[in-house]
Amino acid sequence: MLKDIKIVIIGGSAGSYNVVKRILSSLLADFPLPIILCLHRLKDIRNGFAESLNIDSKVTVTEPHDKEQLKPGFVYLSPANYHLLIEPGQNIALSTEPDINYCRPSIDLAFETAGFSFREKMAGIILSGTNTDGARGLFNASKNGAFTIIQDPENAQFNTMPNEVLSYFKPDRILTDDGIIDFINSLKCNSYA
Amino acid sequence: MEEISIKDIKRVSDALYQSRGVDFSNYAFSSFKRRIVRFIEINKIRDLNDFTTRIESDNAYADNLIKEITVNVTEMFRDPSFWVILRDNILPRIEISSEIKIWHAACSTGEEVYSMAILLKESGLLKYSKIVATDLNSNVLKVAEKGIYTLKSQEVNRKNYEQYGGLRELSDYYTVMDNHVQYDPDLIKNVDFRCHNLAQDGHVSVFDLILCRNVLIYFNFELQEKVINTFNSNMSPGSFLAIGSKESIRWCKAAGYFNEVSFEEKIYRKKVEATQLSNIRN
Repeated sequence: MLKDIKIVIIGGSAGSYNVVKRILSSLLADFPLPIILCLHRLKDIRNGFAESLNIDSKVTVTEPHDKEQLKPGFVYLSPANYHLLIEPGQNIALSTEPDINYCRPSIDLAFETAGFSFREKMAGIILSGTNTDGARGLFNASKNGAFTIIQDPENAQFNTMPNEVLSYFKPDRILTDDGIIDFINSLKCNSYA
Repeated sequence: MEEISIKDIKRVSDALYQSRGVDFSNYAFSSFKRRIVRFIEINKIRDLNDFTTRIESDNAYADNLIKEITVNVTEMFRDPSFWVILRDNILPRIEISSEIKIWHAACSTGEEVYSMAILLKESGLLKYSKIVATDLNSNVLKVAEKGIYTLKSQEVNRKNYEQYGGLRELSDYYTVMDNHVQYDPDLIKNVDFRCHNLAQDGHVSVFDLILCRNVLIYFNFELQEKVINTFNSNMSPGSFLAIGSKESIRWCKAAGYFNEVSFEEKIYRKKVEATQLSNIRN
């Protein structure tokens, strides 16, 4: 049930930045759920990304430390050159194990671990991107009951990433960027507690 | 095989403890599970009972699994800005009486040991340094001692070394052999490689600087607390501890023994009075 969703995980790569910015600027300051942003980024640039996402955002975008407890209304951006995993205790763990599919952070890993820990209480969203990261993880999360969404390949700046999901399974929703914004905001009465 | 459950993971870690005495029960769940699942997939294991029985009866098999769980390859000069601060701000603050004592805890295949040796050499301090490099896995220590790495991995190492502002070319420190490189053995002349398991072993020596970057991320809160306490008891007053840039000791009670020197790079300095406190307690 959508009203039971407690966490939103968003995976994105090339062409996702503007959609993420629009999502963040649409959220009210009291948005009740934690949001994880697993976005591909330059490995050797540690600073500036979270800051740029914070501009125009009423919710706080932060790069978590290892073992940080998830809190409602915070947006957690995967730090550069680390994988981000969601632990069963509902905190974040980081890892420096090798790239997966040439990626660190790996969207697959974020989806997979969040799906294991949150099951049907997770919503996973894949945005634009030019590689195939995320599809396998979203599929595995969906097997654990997660609610799954992809950006409509027709609407995504680069459609490889959402199309890859369709080669695995049919997600619950295929939405435009506006549809994704509406979906996330429809969770504003949910509760994390 | 069906999806591995939390209970299954516990059975595997219990089996490893039974057979080899190595305790993984306080490792962070998701990464630990991932390593186990990877091993299960690669080795096409179909039945968990067979798997745990084999761990308990076949030492070489169990050791190989331990290796797969713990090997953690890193880059040389990962986070160049950390090594810059270490060189420019931290080392000058270490009072050198006779030698600088450094501990690389959980050094894995030794990339940070070589980074440190190069930093010390270029600062003219290598000959005054005594480095202890430890890991629970004797196989990775052998790799570190040999100093042989893939040629391909030198791309990122060289990029990091340049960003760090090294005095030479990184390639001055190694010779190329086909698709591998061999680092200059002189760099590790003063390095003592030893087996030590942070989860279970305690005292090593007393150090001026401890490096343990991106290791605590694989541990849960309880083990992190224990390890920080171990570090504290192996540090002289005013000595330094460096952990990974996204690791934090703020959740540890033992954080009280330290002052934060660099938030960005997670460098801590042991308080002088902390030593007196721990002496009283012991």
